[in-house]
Amino acid sequence: MTMNETYDVLILGAGPAGLAAGIYTGRARLETLILEKAIPGGQILMTDLVENYPGFPDGVVPMELMEGFRKHAEKFGARIETDGVRSLRREKDLWIVTGENREYAARAVIVATGSVYKRLGLANEARLIGRGVSYCATCDGAFFREVPIAVVGGGDNALTEALFLTKFASKVYVIHRRDKFRATRILHERIMANPKVEVLWDTVILAIHGESKLEALTLENVRTGAANKIAIEGLFVSIGMVPSTDFLGDLVHLNEWGQVKVNQNMEAGRPGLYAAGDCCDACPQQMATAVGTGVTAALAADAYLQRLGSGA
Amino acid sequence: MSGGIEDITDDQFDQEVLKSAVPVLVDFWAVWCVPCKAIVPALEQIASAHQGKLKVVKLNVEENIGVPTRYGVRGVPTLLLFKNGDVKETFVGSISKDKLLGGITKHL
Repeated sequence: MTMNETYDVLILGAGPAGLAAGIYTGRARLETLILEKAIPGGQILMTDLVENYPGFPDGVVPMELMEGFRKHAEKFGARIETDGVRSLRREKDLWIVTGENREYAARAVIVATGSVYKRLGLANEARLIGRGVSYCATCDGAFFREVPIAVVGGGDNALTEALFLTKFASKVYVIHRRDKFRATRILHERIMANPKVEVLWDTVILAIHGESKLEALTLENVRTGAANKIAIEGLFVSIGMVPSTDFLGDLVHLNEWGQVKVNQNMEAGRPGLYAAGDCCDACPQQMATAVGTGVTAALAADAYLQRLGSGA
Repeated sequence: MSGGIEDITDDQFDQEVLKSAVPVLVDFWAVWCVPCKAIVPALEQIASAHQGKLKVVKLNVEENIGVPTRYGVRGVPTLLLFKNGDVKETFVGSISKDKLLGGITKHL
């Protein structure tokens, strides 16, 4: 592995938080490299339309929005490199990131690695991914034309996915373990008004059935204890996210959900180390708050580097 | 976008994949699928690093339904690694380059 140069700021992840941070560190004339394991844009790209980002009353297609973020960051000098992060360590006054391709050194690091889909943890779930079990309605919805499917979850993402899937499926069950949704009121209203949707309240999935493909679910009503089986061909799991913070080891403090604990400046308790977006505990998993925390982290990193530079 | 990743169709599948002299990684993808775009950089890096020992091809599941149906593909991206006509590895959804390489290199 070779190390070419030392960056002022290394940003891990090119989602909304990482790219927003890159715009600010670029304008601060800090040598900035953003590492992205896949393509710039992040988790928001999995959504078909963003309806709650300020300034877009008719909604905005996330691919177009994030393309604008990327160009904006690059315009002010941030570079984006395709590489996944394996680990982070402190060596003297520098942070060293080990990527899948090479190593990187920087004076400050902003962790904006986001989160990944949480699994139900049931038998057959992993085996039937791509065979009926899915975590991405916009990816796989079209495989389920005119067949019954189910969405499990009760948050904004679950209901957005369920509404999107009504374009394809003959019927969409929404399986929710409580008697009311956490989701935004407007999504709740649309779900209740859609004739293709049937909400199964107070219900959990006990078992996933199918050999070569998904065939049925065994459900249990948590109030009555009654169990029943429904025949479906698709199951879309939308029960929340797991922060991508494993690689940080003992460098930072994580909360009970695995998010990096930060203060109001997004400082993660180590010199020159910051966290922003869905992977930290200051961001309520919204596009706009991811941007806000990314900008705060960039401003804090700039102030820190200026203090370092002046020897203070 | 190519970087050594050739587009194939249902009709070319037997010749290009099943009868290939070297192992073939087939990327089942669709235009609407963001994770499909997300894994392309990793696929291109793998394809160029293993030139001659591994072939990487992609198959659009909207334009070609025969092969996806034959192999029970119901999600994209799905990556199947074929060797001597048989499926040796299956990867579904977003996957890191490390994990992908881990599954592939033992068959090369």
